[in-house]
Amino acid sequence: MRTAAQRRLATRWSFRIGLFAFWIAAFAVSIIPNVYAHKPSDSYLSLQVDNTTTIGQWDIALRDLEYAIGLDANNDGAITWGELRARQKAVEDYALSRLHLRLADSVGRMRVTELLVDNHTDGAYAVLRFTVDGGSSPKTIEITYRALFDIDPQHRGLLRLVAHGQTQTAVFSPDNATQRFELGTPDGGKQFLSFAWEGIWHIWIGFDHILFLIALLLPAVLRRENVRWRGVDGFAPAFANVFKIVTAFTLAHSITLSLATLGIVRLPSRWVESAIAASVVLAALNNIYPFFHGRGWLVAFGFGLVHGFGFANVLLDLGLEKGALARALVGFNLGVEAGQLAIVGVFLPLAYGLRATWFYQRLTLKFGSLCVALIASSWMLERMFGFRVLPF
Amino acid sequence: MAMAILSKSSSARIRSRWLDFGLAVSVCLGAVEPGRTTPFTPSDDHQVLERLPAKTSSADLLILRRARAALTNDPENLQTSLRLARDYIAKSRAESDPRYLGYAQATLAPWWDSPDPPVDILVLRATIRQSNHDFDNALADLAKALKADPANGQAWLTRATILQVLGEYDDAKRACLPLWRLASELITVTCASSIASLSGEAARSYELLDRTLERNFNAAASERLWALTVLAEIAVRLGRDTEAESYFRRALALELRDGYLLGAYADFLLDHDRPTEVTDLLKDETRVDGLLLRVTLAEKSLRPQPAAFTAHGSALRERFAASRQRGDKVHRREEARFTLHLLNQPKEALRLAKENWTIQREPADARILLESALAAKDPASARPVMDSLEKNHLEDLELAKLASQFNTGFGVPPSGGRKPK
Repeated sequence: MRTAAQRRLATRWSFRIGLFAFWIAAFAVSIIPNVYAHKPSDSYLSLQVDNTTTIGQWDIALRDLEYAIGLDANNDGAITWGELRARQKAVEDYALSRLHLRLADSVGRMRVTELLVDNHTDGAYAVLRFTVDGGSSPKTIEITYRALFDIDPQHRGLLRLVAHGQTQTAVFSPDNATQRFELGTPDGGKQFLSFAWEGIWHIWIGFDHILFLIALLLPAVLRRENVRWRGVDGFAPAFANVFKIVTAFTLAHSITLSLATLGIVRLPSRWVESAIAASVVLAALNNIYPFFHGRGWLVAFGFGLVHGFGFANVLLDLGLEKGALARALVGFNLGVEAGQLAIVGVFLPLAYGLRATWFYQRLTLKFGSLCVALIASSWMLERMFGFRVLPF
Repeated sequence: MAMAILSKSSSARIRSRWLDFGLAVSVCLGAVEPGRTTPFTPSDDHQVLERLPAKTSSADLLILRRARAALTNDPENLQTSLRLARDYIAKSRAESDPRYLGYAQATLAPWWDSPDPPVDILVLRATIRQSNHDFDNALADLAKALKADPANGQAWLTRATILQVLGEYDDAKRACLPLWRLASELITVTCASSIASLSGEAARSYELLDRTLERNFNAAASERLWALTVLAEIAVRLGRDTEAESYFRRALALELRDGYLLGAYADFLLDHDRPTEVTDLLKDETRVDGLLLRVTLAEKSLRPQPAAFTAHGSALRERFAASRQRGDKVHRREEARFTLHLLNQPKEALRLAKENWTIQREPADARILLESALAAKDPASARPVMDSLEKNHLEDLELAKLASQFNTGFGVPPSGGRKPK
């Protein structure tokens, strides 16, 4: 099941780049089995090696399995899910007897955990998911692949091997049926950078975090004078306001991000996501009917705690290796800060330059905040009650 | 909304540009994660996951199964192996399905790696290798076969076909000559005319073949199909469009399934701006990569653009990606056409077209290279093709037009596979 964070990620995606989403959808159409290709036979084998576990997935075309062991029990030219399931044992025996793994110096014993189905361009494939026992933290893996070679020498096994975040690919053919791969060791620096990148990415596509921050920052270049907004007199007070708010937000979400990632505190993601949306609503409403009274930084801290839990859900969704936790946490958090600083870096000069204008004080601050409040309210309803209000 | 104020044609043009863009984007996304899909658990035992291609001809399948069963018990039985391999090869041609070539190869397993197998095995091995565009090894097999059995007509014919694809017309003609004694008149003249028409004797071989076909109206349908296809192609190259149309139609009227003929006729229709007829002709043939390419090219110029256009483009991309991952070299020409006319990436198309030119050198291979070089504004890359056209005195209106553009300067956009107006 998808987590709320994933769902949110998906909706934001489509909002930001609706066009892309349309093409992604069109791309998905292409895998619906209406335009099957006549292509030579391939199977797709993927292995994922981590410190403690090795798992695999093997997609084999139903046509090939039919030719090798027979699936079409009633000979009507159509293979049904029932017919495939009835032959599950035979499929597993056939596949596992033609694939041999050696992790370092010990034989990797495979155990099928799941039989699924997938569509590739030339038709339906049986998908075997399996775990591999034996040899933890292997430095090398030797694979012998012999499926279908006896009945179709032009068959190829296409391998995708992911070990410690590094991907290798290879092709198995009758002339090249046994291959050995060096797995290397986890590259700490690379992992760190990839988590930092995820952090930046998350902030950039995270509409609610950006809106919250902007809504809080909008009044930072203004001051309140007899129930009217006026531009601040110099850059120093504007900078000081922004600095206080950003620092408070950063400090707060770093705390909860760490607590949640380390498993010390856990909150249901539905609550967290709803509270994040609520924080955006409040921050935006404050620009119309001020009630924070210059304590934006305190609000930033308070809701920053909530946003931190949201970040943690994303980080946990990325999947963490034991032992790389600190690297992931620091990398991801620094990435979030970098993305956030980039936004502030663009916002501050613009807002400062425009602070005395009608455009800024009326249109942006009032009308803009109203729009933000409306959008965020509907997010809040969506997330609290699990239905969709907005089309994006 | 904004499109409503635009005229219908310009909004369609803009939309088509977006669709092109979208195709390019979806292709790029696919390049990041090739073939990533989501496995699922079907909910219903009766859900049909796959229809087997042999369903239409269960009698054929039964014969194949029996032969396969016989072979399992006696894998080194030469006669059974040959018969089964021939059946599989025929099936791969009829269905344009390369899996059958793999099955054919498997039936020849006891002899596949042998340096000196029986002549019949050599000829079949060459046929399978030729289908995989492994031309050098195929020619080597045929040379051995002909040394042992100079009267093997099939070996001479396959040799002539391969040499023609390689653009080695003198040797190809010499391979046709022995057929006078070994094969029918129509086969021999078709073989010779097909090659001579590409090396400066188009009009003469066209008339000769036409007369020979008239005389041999009783020849086997498959022989007439070949002759009519060659005649149609010569007529196209000579710009005799009405005659080409009539030869194509006569060939189609024979109702023998033939992917090559469909592809050639579709190209003719595309060149004459008749995309609707292409999609009608090939609507049931989208499983075959080369024919799906023609369908997608036609859909690109249709207005309104058919909904399937994007899905077809993505399917082509996936198929080419899979083929490249395997290390196959069978689809370079089609991939270059796809890259130039559907992805609008002239540089990449040119790279593919040049790679393809090192493998095969038919007029269609020359054409995609010239088109790509024009679009990429890279006349130097076209040099080898221009030299070869000149050396062989190839008479081809379309190629001549393309070649002349290299002398009159650049700035011509890719024509979308259509004839420049």
